[in-house]
Amino acid sequence: MARPMVVIGGSLGGIEAVEVVLSGLSSAFPWPVAVVLHRSPVDVSDGLCEVIRRRSALPVTEAEDKEPARPGRVYIAPADYHLLVEAEGLALSTDDRVHWARPSIDVLFDSAAASCGSGVVAVVLTGASTDGAEGARAVKAAGGVVLVQDPATAESAVMPKGAIDAAAVDAVLGLDAIAERLNALAESRVGGAPPRSG
Amino acid sequence: MGESVTDGLESLEIELLTEGLFRHHGVDFRNYAYASLRRRVWNTVKAEGLGTITALLDRVLHDPAVKDRLLHNLSVHVTSMFRDPSFFSSFRRNVVPLLRSHPFIRIWHVGCATGEEVYSMAILLEEEGLLQRARLYATDMNEAVLAQARRGIFPSSQVDEYARNYSLAGGKARLADYYTNRYDYVIFRHALRRNVVFAHHNLATDGSFNEFNVVLCRNVMIYFDRVLQARVHELLYSSLRRFGVLALGRKESLRGTPHESDYVEIDRAEKIYRRDA
Repeated sequence: MARPMVVIGGSLGGIEAVEVVLSGLSSAFPWPVAVVLHRSPVDVSDGLCEVIRRRSALPVTEAEDKEPARPGRVYIAPADYHLLVEAEGLALSTDDRVHWARPSIDVLFDSAAASCGSGVVAVVLTGASTDGAEGARAVKAAGGVVLVQDPATAESAVMPKGAIDAAAVDAVLGLDAIAERLNALAESRVGGAPPRSG
Repeated sequence: MGESVTDGLESLEIELLTEGLFRHHGVDFRNYAYASLRRRVWNTVKAEGLGTITALLDRVLHDPAVKDRLLHNLSVHVTSMFRDPSFFSSFRRNVVPLLRSHPFIRIWHVGCATGEEVYSMAILLEEEGLLQRARLYATDMNEAVLAQARRGIFPSSQVDEYARNYSLAGGKARLADYYTNRYDYVIFRHALRRNVVFAHHNLATDGSFNEFNVVLCRNVMIYFDRVLQARVHELLYSSLRRFGVLALGRKESLRGTPHESDYVEIDRAEKIYRRDA
């Protein structure tokens, strides 16, 4: 049941934060990365992807429904859709907003915890709501890892603090250190023993 | 949400729940996409004040009111008027000219929910002078939302967003020209639904019922797994006339579906296709 999957969430200031984290990932990063950024529901342009793509060593696209989550690829939640993780890949929904957000970070994290179990590594970045806190708790309950941006470095500390209050997070780090930690986790699990299955 | 279950217990409980719904109540959610289904099931467990999915199954089998509430939560799909305004402007530009040559136009709104898309389309066709010779079939599996759709009543709190979408979609008047205010609600003009037929239809179990010039099935199949998606694509294909138009949601795709090669793209970004074979 443990399937490796990185899930990242942020809102205010989150675009820059995601850029920094992705630019620090190794170009051989072996896991899929799914990203929820709170965004305008009517901005259906590819602008957000283009911005994130600029500094990412990994290919970045907007997620399509039932698309397989492939290793070393970054999937951005489309405007006005929730992004979820399923056994066979990624799925979308237009269900009600959660914490006034669609896409919602909780929805992504929670679905990843359910389908990937202890293989999930969740990253909570800067943001002005507590979306992501409940999801972080679900990831921990499933045996996954939660990394949180140091609130002192965040444009808005509400979201990182929310996650820290809600779950026994594994580490509170600066953005560069988050990328390093992701690289190290991937290297230790992929390079060393295969991920625990069960 | 619910406790995370990495030992498969949660998926077993969800399987038992959908099996119970199917065998006892005849409604088939067995091929719904797991992640959203799971979320909706847990939302219902919580709303009912219960602790487990199995406890919900017990209520669903023995209490019709709980069953109805679960079915409502599982089947309702949330949408808005002129959702994805760029889709509607593309439809005006690229599909309306194709429809002009037909003396009579049949359009199927699949999974119409509370009717926002149908009213949007009726307004668009009215502005293009086509509503008179069009018949819009709006179907959903949920009788309660169909009843709501028939009334054409929407909360005022949504109207600003709808009006914004409408003008982004290339609306030629003001959205307010099409409705009247009543307290916290707006009621759309009766003339808009003169040519709309609201009817019950379940994609998981029912077949094709007509031949259409246009089929809109936007953000409906995202709730289905690959197996049910393939069934529905078969159904939509057989419900379209040759050169009929199929519209999917902005992030849905024909890739890997049974009739992928039988359609040509009209607008790649907006997921508008034409049946070619």
